[in-house]
Amino acid sequence: MSEQFDQYLKSEYAAGWVTDVESLTIPPGLNEDVIRLISAKKHEPEWMLEWRLKAYRGWLEMQEPKWAHVKYPKPDFQALSYYSSPKSMEDRPQSLDEVDPELLRTYEKLGIPVHEQEVLAGVAVDMVFDSVSVGTTFRQKLKDAGVIFCSISEAVHEYPELVKKYLGSVVPQKDNFYAALNSAVFSDGSFVYIPKGVRCPMELSTYFRINEAKTGQFERTLIIADEGSQVSYLEGCTAPMRDENQLHAAVVELVALDDADIKYSTVQNWYPGDENGKGGIYNFVTKRGLAMNRSKISWTQVETGSAVTWKYPSCILKGDDSIGEFYSVALTSNYQQADTGTKMIHLGKNTRSTIIAKGISAKNSENSYRGLVKMNPGAEGARNYTQCDSLLIGDQCGAHTFPYIESKNPTAVVEHEATTSKVSDDQMFLCQQRGIDPEKAVSMIVNGFCKDVFKELPMEFAVEAGKLLEVSLEGAVG
Amino acid sequence: MLNIKNLQAKVEEKTILNGLNLEVKPGEVHAIMGPNGAGKSTLGHVLAGRDGYEVTGGEVDFEGRDLLDMEAEERAQSGLFLAFQYPVEIPGVSNMEFLKASVDAIRASRGQDAMTSMDFIKLARERCKAVDLPQDFLKRGVNEGFSGGEKKRNELLQMMLLEPKLCILDETDSGLDIDALQVVADGVNALRNPERSFIVVTHYQRLLDYIVPDYVHVLSKGRIIKSGGRELALELEKHGYGWIDEEVA
Repeated sequence: MSEQFDQYLKSEYAAGWVTDVESLTIPPGLNEDVIRLISAKKHEPEWMLEWRLKAYRGWLEMQEPKWAHVKYPKPDFQALSYYSSPKSMEDRPQSLDEVDPELLRTYEKLGIPVHEQEVLAGVAVDMVFDSVSVGTTFRQKLKDAGVIFCSISEAVHEYPELVKKYLGSVVPQKDNFYAALNSAVFSDGSFVYIPKGVRCPMELSTYFRINEAKTGQFERTLIIADEGSQVSYLEGCTAPMRDENQLHAAVVELVALDDADIKYSTVQNWYPGDENGKGGIYNFVTKRGLAMNRSKISWTQVETGSAVTWKYPSCILKGDDSIGEFYSVALTSNYQQADTGTKMIHLGKNTRSTIIAKGISAKNSENSYRGLVKMNPGAEGARNYTQCDSLLIGDQCGAHTFPYIESKNPTAVVEHEATTSKVSDDQMFLCQQRGIDPEKAVSMIVNGFCKDVFKELPMEFAVEAGKLLEVSLEGAVG
Repeated sequence: MLNIKNLQAKVEEKTILNGLNLEVKPGEVHAIMGPNGAGKSTLGHVLAGRDGYEVTGGEVDFEGRDLLDMEAEERAQSGLFLAFQYPVEIPGVSNMEFLKASVDAIRASRGQDAMTSMDFIKLARERCKAVDLPQDFLKRGVNEGFSGGEKKRNELLQMMLLEPKLCILDETDSGLDIDALQVVADGVNALRNPERSFIVVTHYQRLLDYIVPDYVHVLSKGRIIKSGGRELALELEKHGYGWIDEEVA
C-alpha cells in the first residue's frame, strides 16, 4: 500500500523558481550593529530602534524551545543575513507604477492580482519580497473608507501612535525565543487599522515571498479592528527551492476591540524541502489575537509547506462573551514536520471557543496537533469544543495529538474529540472501480476530510487550498 | 463479451482461483454460487483489478481487450462494474461529488466532455427516484451512515449512472431485507438488455428468485465444477453444496 501511495505523491513544488533581481543583502551575522543598520535602512525613529534593542537583549538570554515534536539542527543565527532588499526598492518607489516590473511579475506569476483593474480585484494586496514591502494595492479606495492598509515600515512613520500603542501588546517582545528574535530584527509585514463601526469594503491580503538565498524573513503583522468593525484578511507565502534551510520567524498580532470581528486566513506554502528532506523553510511563528467584549477572532489555516512548522495561532478571550475560533488543515509529506495547533485562553465570562484541526500525514512525515484550552477563574460559563482528526496516508508517517486542558472554573465546559483514520485500500479501490484514477481519488478523499475547515475559507482561497492540497499530494498515495 | 480461460490467482500467497473458465455473452445473466471460501468474491475482485490479488495464470478477454493488462480504473472505464458486498464510506465527500467525478472519468475515457453540473444534478435526481432514494441522499457523504439497504441502493444508483457493459454483483443480497432486495432486484432487472451482461455472485438461491439467471455455475475450490440452467440453483437449495462435491467426486 505504501509503495502504491508513494508513486502518486511525487510532488512538484510549483512556486520554486527564483526571481532574477539585484539585491542588497547585508552580510550574515547578528549583533546590535546589525539591528541599528536594519533600523537605519528603514529610516526608523529612535523609539523603534530602542524597542528592537530591548528585544534583542532579552533574546540573548533566552533558550530555543525544545518541547515541540520536531527535530532539526539548531540554526546558526550568525550565518544568516537579516536584511535583503531588491536594489530597486532602495529608492522607495512612491506608487506601484514606479516598482520594478520584474518584482510585480513575480507576484503575477504566483497568481496574485497586482493590478487594481484586474477581475479578481475584490482583494487588496500587500506584497512583501524578502525584507521589504514592494507595494500595496487599493490603498486609496481603502483610505476613503477610513481603512489603513500599508506595510508595517510605513506605519511606523505615518501612524506612530497606533504602532506604539499596539505593537507588542498581544505578543510581548520577550514572549518566546522566536518572538524576541523577530521583535529585534523584523523587516516587513502588514499593518491594518479598521476604524470604529467600519466594515472593511474588501478582503485584505499579504503575500510573502522569500527570494534571496541564505536570508531569513522576519514578518511582522499588526491588525487592529476598532470597536464594532469587521475585517477579513488573507496571508499567502512561497519561496524558491534551495538546498539549504531558510528561516521564517513571524509575529502576527490581532487586536479586536469591543464588538469587532477579525477573520484571519493563511495558506502557507513555503518550500517544504525535496523528497529526501533536503532544504526547505523553518517556519517558527507566533500568532495571537486579543479579543475584547463580544468580539470575535477566527483563525483559519491551511499549512502545506515548510520543512519544519512550529505555529500556534491563539486567542486571548479577555472580554466577556468574546469568541475564538481555530480551523486548521496541516498536511505533511516527504520528511516535513509540523507541530501546530492553538491556544484558547478564556479570561472573560461566557467566552466561547471552537477548535477544528485536521492533520494529514503522508510518506515519512510527522504531524502533531498541540493545543491548550485554558479556563481561568473568571471564565464563568465559558465553553470550548475541540475536534482533532488525523488522516494517515501510507504506513511510514506519524500523527500525534497533544491536547492540554486547564480548567480553573467549575462552570466552564470543555469538550474534546479526536479521531485517527487511514486512507484505506477499500476507499481507493471503490474510487478506481468507478473509473477515478488514484491521484484524483486521494485528493478527493483528503478534500472530503478537510471539508469542515475549507468551508471557513473565503471562496477564492478555498479553491486554491483544494488545488494546493492536490499538488502537495501528487505522488503521495499508498 | 467476457471470456475467462484457466484463471489462477493468489491472495497473500494462498491460491484462491485454480483454473477457472467462464464465457459470458452479451445480454446473458450468469449466477455464480458456491460455499464460503470457494473464491466467489475473489473472482469479482480479480476481474475488477484490485491490488493485492495476484494473477498467476490464465487469460481474460473483455470485449476484445486483455483485461488483466489494464489498471483498475481502466477496466471500469471500459465498462466493467463491480457492485460491492460491503460498500465503504468516504467521509466528507458528497455522493454528488463522487458520482460526478465517476461519471466524468468514464465519459472522459470515451472522449466525451464532462457533464455540466446542472445536467448532472438533473440526471442524478431522476435516477435517485428510480431506486427510491430521497434527493437529499446526494448531499450526504459517500455511504456515510447509510443503512445496509441504502448502501446497496447507492451501488445500484452508480450502476444506472455509469451504464456499464458488464455488471458483477458481489453478494448483493447480504444484509438486505426482503423489501430492499425487491427494490434492488427491480433496479437490476430494469437494466437488463440484449447488450448488457451480469455476473451475479451469491451464496443463497433466494436472490435468483428475483434476478432470474440464464446460467448457474457452482464454484468450489477455485474452479467451476458444475454448470447448468436456472434449475441447478434449486437443486442446490434442496441438497446443499455437499451434494455437488459428492456428485463431482
